[in-house]
Amino acid sequence: MKRAFPILAVLTALLLVYAFYQALWVAPTDALQGEVYRIIYYHVPSAWTAFLLFFINFIASVQYLANARPSTARAARWIVIAIGIIGFVAPFIPQVKQQLPTGMYPSSVATTFLIITGLYFVIGKYFVDQDLDVLAVTTAEVGVVFCSIVLVTGPIWARPVWGIWWAPGDIRLTSTLVLWLIYVSYLVLRRFSDSAQTQKLAAVLAVFGALDVPLVYFSIWFFRTQHPQPVIGGGGSMDPRMLHVLLISWMAFLCFAFLVCWSRYRLEKLSREVEEAEALESLLEPAGLAGPSSAVKTPLSRGSK
Amino acid sequence: MNSIKFLYAAYIATWLIHGLYIGSLVRRYGRLRQQMKDLGRGK
Amino acid sequence: MRSFWSIALATLTKDIRLEWRSKDALNAMLFFSLLVVVIFVFSFDPLAEESRHIVGGLVWVAFLFAAVVALNQTWARELRNQVLDAYRVSPAPANALFLAKAIGNFILVSLLEALMAPLFVIFYNLRVLGPAWQLIPVALLGTWALVVNGTFFAAMSLRTRSRELMLPLLLFPVSIPAVISMVAATTSILTGDDPAHFYIVLLLSYDVVFSTACLALFETVLQAE
Repeated sequence: MKRAFPILAVLTALLLVYAFYQALWVAPTDALQGEVYRIIYYHVPSAWTAFLLFFINFIASVQYLANARPSTARAARWIVIAIGIIGFVAPFIPQVKQQLPTGMYPSSVATTFLIITGLYFVIGKYFVDQDLDVLAVTTAEVGVVFCSIVLVTGPIWARPVWGIWWAPGDIRLTSTLVLWLIYVSYLVLRRFSDSAQTQKLAAVLAVFGALDVPLVYFSIWFFRTQHPQPVIGGGGSMDPRMLHVLLISWMAFLCFAFLVCWSRYRLEKLSREVEEAEALESLLEPAGLAGPSSAVKTPLSRGSK
Repeated sequence: MNSIKFLYAAYIATWLIHGLYIGSLVRRYGRLRQQMKDLGRGK
Repeated sequence: MRSFWSIALATLTKDIRLEWRSKDALNAMLFFSLLVVVIFVFSFDPLAEESRHIVGGLVWVAFLFAAVVALNQTWARELRNQVLDAYRVSPAPANALFLAKAIGNFILVSLLEALMAPLFVIFYNLRVLGPAWQLIPVALLGTWALVVNGTFFAAMSLRTRSRELMLPLLLFPVSIPAVISMVAATTSILTGDDPAHFYIVLLLSYDVVFSTACLALFETVLQAE
């Protein structure tokens, strides 16, 4: 598994270069905005990646909390299955179909809910207990990095196109800002908390953050209807050629995000092993049992993987 | 044409942020390596 | 269920009685609230034409500062006397304690707001152009929104370094939709330009969602110390 990393890194680099080429030379020039619009090929994929990472963090946090007891773990699984089934069937019911925003296909909503349920079970299968927490901190950190890029490239795009750096009613950028704030506070909590139960507290905060997001969206949405603002993200349909390049760019950034997450994940696991070894060492030292010649094998004396 | 500077700025900013983060990962890994070596030697 | 409410009520009355006996903290907080109002009055010209449009924001930012000061001392007494350990081993439901603390904070912050609001009216010569009665649900729901999450995050901050800093750090991002709603609703009511109904409903939803979340997850946080 480790040996695949360099190969994947090279492939990802190639994919990023290809996406770069596509974004700057192949994608057509925008009729209204000129060349500057090409920022979206970095801005939008970063946003989608950040949201995906934060969502994985949410799932990992919920599972971490739910798995504390078998009863809650079971209950959580059934709730997720129920959400999946309802989410899959509901978009096709005529009354619900009407409520969907224009351009959103029922099938894509249904698939999204299936993916959500699938993600929950896949993550639950491959990450158990501590690994869930490592996954949570990994996705939170890398998510904040990508989110920062969204918040930096957003205003850089807005300034030349709309003449303003920021519009308070811009629902997408403002929601992203709040999400960024929530997850930065999440990381600060992890850094500042020295309790043995930091992980549980962080997971609780992640749940609070997730509950907050739809409320943020609605509050800004209503604010915007009262104070019409320029829609910085750009609405409406997109030239299929642009969409094509956008998806290529997204694939490239997803692979890149995957590699970064993988590195961070390994780093975190290694860091925890070192901490354990150090703790063990300080326990054994007084008894003179520590050290390479000792009879007791510390976890790291097995030799690194 | 001035607006193309914003395009450059955005792309540079993106890779700068990514670079800084990956740099911090590399540094943390180096520190970890050092800690592991210290442990192996026995403090 | 009866024991839940009796525990909550007992804790609440105990807190009120203790606070009333030594009013030091209370007096200090009242004075702090006054200072905040005065600073705002000097920073944002009350005579400016646009002042009515920003007063909604000023009032709630002032309330937010006062609330943080009040919330920071929520668990101080419990921490000093190892009450939390006693609570952890007792069979009493943890969220009864939480509810008592939250209601206690609600009363305290409402008291501070009751002091600050008339001052704002006086200094900014406020006249309410919209339906004034709507300010009451906005004030009640908004204060509860700040207090319920604030009490919860105060408990979460107990075992962190820089405890007093951690509370606003955690509270502010999560409170943003509530703050947007409070400020926008207050401004709408003061200027009479737009209806505030949606914001009041949003505040209600926020309060319901987060009260539920806090009550459900407080046990986890309490055990986490």
